[in-house]
Amino acid sequence: MPAQAEVVDVIARLALFADLSTAQLEGVAHVFEEAFFADGTRVLRQGLTGSGLYVILDGEAAIQVDGVERSTLGRGEFFGEISCLLDEPPVADIVAHGPLRCLVLPRPQVQPFLTAYPIVMFRMLQAEARKLRNTTKWLE
Amino acid sequence: MAGVEERPFPAGDYDLVIVGSGPGALQLSYSLTRLGVRHAVLSQDEAPGGMFRKWPVFQRLLSWTKPYAPQQRGTRAYERYDWNSLLADDGPARCVMPALMDGSSYFPSRPEMERSLATFAERAGVHVRYGCRWESTRRDGDRFVLGTSDGDYRTRVAVFAVGVAEPWRPPIPGLELAAHYGEQTSAESYADKRVFIVGKQNSGFELASGLLSWARQIIIASPSPTKLSVNTRTLVGVRARYVQPWEDYVLAGGVIILSAAIEEVTRLADGFRVKTRSSDKGIEKDFEVDSVIAATGFIAPLRDLSELGVATFGQSRLPAQTPFWESATVPGIYFAGTLSQGAAGLKKYGIPSNSGAVQGHRYNARVLAHHLASRHFGVAPQRSTLRAEDLASFLLAEATRAPELWHQRSYLARVVSLSGEVVDEGIAPLTHFVDAGGPDAVAVTVESNPAGDLYPAVYTRRAGAISEHLLEPDPLYEFESPSHHVALAAALEGLLPEPVRAGTAKTR
Repeated sequence: MPAQAEVVDVIARLALFADLSTAQLEGVAHVFEEAFFADGTRVLRQGLTGSGLYVILDGEAAIQVDGVERSTLGRGEFFGEISCLLDEPPVADIVAHGPLRCLVLPRPQVQPFLTAYPIVMFRMLQAEARKLRNTTKWLE
Repeated sequence: MAGVEERPFPAGDYDLVIVGSGPGALQLSYSLTRLGVRHAVLSQDEAPGGMFRKWPVFQRLLSWTKPYAPQQRGTRAYERYDWNSLLADDGPARCVMPALMDGSSYFPSRPEMERSLATFAERAGVHVRYGCRWESTRRDGDRFVLGTSDGDYRTRVAVFAVGVAEPWRPPIPGLELAAHYGEQTSAESYADKRVFIVGKQNSGFELASGLLSWARQIIIASPSPTKLSVNTRTLVGVRARYVQPWEDYVLAGGVIILSAAIEEVTRLADGFRVKTRSSDKGIEKDFEVDSVIAATGFIAPLRDLSELGVATFGQSRLPAQTPFWESATVPGIYFAGTLSQGAAGLKKYGIPSNSGAVQGHRYNARVLAHHLASRHFGVAPQRSTLRAEDLASFLLAEATRAPELWHQRSYLARVVSLSGEVVDEGIAPLTHFVDAGGPDAVAVTVESNPAGDLYPAVYTRRAGAISEHLLEPDPLYEFESPSHHVALAAALEGLLPEPVRAGTAKTR
C-alpha cells in the first residue's frame, strides 16, 4: 500500500470525493500527500500552528482535549479542517488508535483545493452541518 | 582508501550493521565510531558515494557549497553554506567539499561530490565491506539475520541507508516502453527529436533543461501543476537551475507543459503515441513523439523488509519511522540517509524537512548515532551544564547560527532541560521533544511560514505541557536583538529560578 493508482481507488470510495471523475481523483491523489502514524502517535497537536486537513484512508484516530478522549474518527472521516479554515491552532490532539493512514493537505493549500473542487467543498459542508446538528441536539 | 582489497567485516555476529555506502551510511558510521560503538558496514557498491556515483544524469548537483561565505570555512556555522560536506568533529575529514571544487560553479559536479565522499571515507577512516550485497532479512530470536552475497550477518540493530534509489514507473499501460530518467546517458541522442517527459519534478525539468539545445520539441506532463522552489520557499518544487524550460513554456518558445493524466503509451512504427486527459476538464489529447521518458521518481529498495512487518507509505514507499528513525512497526530496524525522510516531523504548513538531501540527513545521522549509542550500547550522552543567566543568549545564538536548525527547520531543535540544573541536551528531533514528555525544558528551532518569514520557534515544556512561542522574524536572520531577548524571557517565564528570571530579562 499504496501507489498513487491505489490511492485513487481508495478515495473514490470515500463520501468526500464520491462525486469526482477518475481524472479529478488522480489530480486529488497528486495534491494530497500520504502519511502513516503508528499506534499512539500524535497527528494533530493542540495549540501548535501550521497544521493541515487530514482524511483517514485506513484506521482510527482519537480526539483528545487536554489528554481526555472525546471521540473517535474512522475511515473516510476528516479532521483539521476547522483549524485550516479559521487559521487557528487545533483545539484538540488527534492521536492514532492503531496503525493510521491519512491523506494530508497542508493549510495553505486547503482554500485553493476547495475552490478548485466545489463539489468536495459541498460534501465537507454537509459533514460540518451534520456535526453541528448533532452538537445542537446534544445541547438540547 | 578502505577499499575492496581489504574486505573488512566478514560474515558473523555484530552489535550493529549498517547497509549502504552513500553519504547517510558514511556519516552514521563515522559518528558511531566516534562514540565507540562497534559496527559493520556492508555495501553492494564497489566504492563510496551511493547515488552520486551515477546521478544526477547531467552531472551537476542541485545543492550548493559556497567557497566564500559569511562564516569562516571549517567552522560549525559555515556548514549552513556548505550543503555537501559530511560532518567530522575535527581533523582533515572536516569540510572536505569546498577544497575539491574547481570554481566553475557553486554547485559541485557529480564527480566532485563522488570524490568528496570518497575523501571523507578515507580521511575519517570509515571502513566498508564493498561488493557485499544485502539480499534477505529474517529474525532469529532477538537478532536480525541479514543474508548477503558474502554470507549471514547477525545483529540486534540493523540500519538501512540504501537510498530512495530504485527507478519507479506508475502503472500506466505502455509506460514500460519509456526509458526511465535513471537510464539516460547523452543529450545528443535526442537531437531533432520530439520528446515527451512524464513527470514534473526536478528530474523531469533537469532532463528538459539538458535537452533544450537538442530536442525539436519537449512536452512535459503529469496530473499535478508545476511547483517552483522559489514559490514554495522550500526544496519542494523545481529548483531555479531547472526553471529554463518553464520560461520557454510561458514565453511560448516551444516547450509545452501540461496538467494531464497519462492514460496510455503505445509504440508506433517510428515513435510513440501518448494518450493524455487534462486534469481540469478531462479533455483527451494524443501526442505522437519520437521518445518518451519516465521521470516518475524512485522508490526505497527495501527488499523483503515489508515481510518482516516494516510499514511503508507514499509513492516513494518510504518506511514509516519514529522521531529517532526507527521503523514505526519493527523495533531494532533503523534508517539513515534519504530514507530518514520517513520520519516526517511536524511538517508545519506542509513544509518538509531536508532529510531527503545531504545537508539535512547528515544531521539526522549524527543524532541517530547518539541515540543508538545511548539506547542500545549504554554510552551515556555527554551533556554540559549552562549558567542559567546564559540560557537566553545560548538559545538565540543557536537560532541564529546552528546549522542543524537552519538545514532541518522545525525538525531538529536545540534542547535544554531545566529541572534543577540548566543542562544542554544537544540536538534532538523536535517531534520527540513535543510528544515524548519529560522534565521542564526548552527547545529552540528555526521555522518558516507560507509568507516566507523565517523566525526562531521556542517550545517550552512545563509540568508536561508544551507551549509554542514564535519570535519575530528578522530581515538579516539575526535573532539576538534586545526584542528577541525580551520575547524569549517572556516564553521562559516561570521556568527558571526567580533571581535568574530577572537576570535573563535584563540580558542585553
